[in-house]
Amino acid sequence: MTPATAHQTAGPYWHMIDFPEWADLLRADGPNAGVGGERITLTGRITDGDGAPVVDGLVEIWQAGPDGAYESGFHGFGRCATDAEGRYRFTTIKPGPVPGLGNATQAPHITVTLFARGLMKHVVTRAYFEGEALNATDPVLALVDDPARCATLVARPQGDGVWTLDIVLQGEGETVFLDV
Amino acid sequence: MSDPIPYRRPDPATQPPYDAPSYGSTHKRHPKQPMLRVPHTLTETSAPRFDQRFYGTQADMSQVNGKAALGERIIVAGRVTDEDGRPCANTMVEVWQANASGRYHHPRDQHDAPLDPNFEGRARIFTDADGRYSFVSIKPGAYPWRNHWNAWRPIHIHFGLHGAGWAQRMITQMYFPGDPLLALDPIFNTTADEAARNRLVSTFDLEVTKPEWALGYRFDIVLRGRDATPFEKA
Ligand SMILES: [Fe+3]
Repeated sequence: MTPATAHQTAGPYWHMIDFPEWADLLRADGPNAGVGGERITLTGRITDGDGAPVVDGLVEIWQAGPDGAYESGFHGFGRCATDAEGRYRFTTIKPGPVPGLGNATQAPHITVTLFARGLMKHVVTRAYFEGEALNATDPVLALVDDPARCATLVARPQGDGVWTLDIVLQGEGETVFLDV
Repeated sequence: MSDPIPYRRPDPATQPPYDAPSYGSTHKRHPKQPMLRVPHTLTETSAPRFDQRFYGTQADMSQVNGKAALGERIIVAGRVTDEDGRPCANTMVEVWQANASGRYHHPRDQHDAPLDPNFEGRARIFTDADGRYSFVSIKPGAYPWRNHWNAWRPIHIHFGLHGAGWAQRMITQMYFPGDPLLALDPIFNTTADEAARNRLVSTFDLEVTKPEWALGYRFDIVLRGRDATPFEKA
């Protein structure tokens, strides 16, 4: 067995693989043109251990479609560069509940992945949706005992289908990152 | 429905740490809380299917509109497999790099080295049924970075791969054999295991080399393997 290749940082100059249109999963000429579902915006600000914005982050999302299935009628991948204030912004549809292990059901969630200079390996977290009844029984949320930390995994509604999830890389309010 | 087979956890010595004091940018960016280990569900074991109608292939970085970039033309080829040696077919591979002078086609790169109008420095290819890929490029140049006094990155090409599960997603860097800067580079050296580090260094390969045209380098990539199938409950 050969162990998996070592990760290396994406560095500061990865924008050659940034295609800004990929942040809109519903783009007219894209793979999801015309799909139905509840249209949402997922956005947030990413900051470091000094509270400074991460202005050179590469954010990727991965999600199920409205039926809770992956890559079955909905292409759930998006990529976005953070802006000068450390913000990312995706246009997508709200995913449905996803099967968990055994007979469990996972609450609707979007996997959020960040690559950046200073991250030797990407970090992974999830955006759940505040107010969703299934959050109470979600197997991943259940692993986080501290309610304040658990809240870092839950996006908040701002009206008009806009949901915000800020990401704190280090220190006070540090986001719960997942070891996947 | 039976549970998905989880991916294996890597031996930490074969992967870089988040907190790498010799690489200054990790100081304020590495999480300090332990990461939450989650069992793999469909969220981690499924992955995007990249339809080439929407994610087109571009396998030649050595020219723009038929005009040749400056520098030493190279061919990079290799195979993507998992830890058990199984080929990773139809895997999207994205690569990006500096030009022959060590300058990125990037507004934030202010290194005092010339840009080349015929070199953009990115490619996108898909592996074949046997996990093989190849692309044509220009040998990149070394470039300075401000990590410490007189810091220069060894020449490298950035690689991004999407496997068959989101847990296999990875970005890495390919280095070149014999580069004296490797021994001095904090990013390369943060991985403790020497053999794991050295697998990031490509090898010169006469089989990949094309006579009268370009030198060839081989770079094989290994994605995480799957755990043994769990015993079915009776
Ligand atoms: Fe680089």
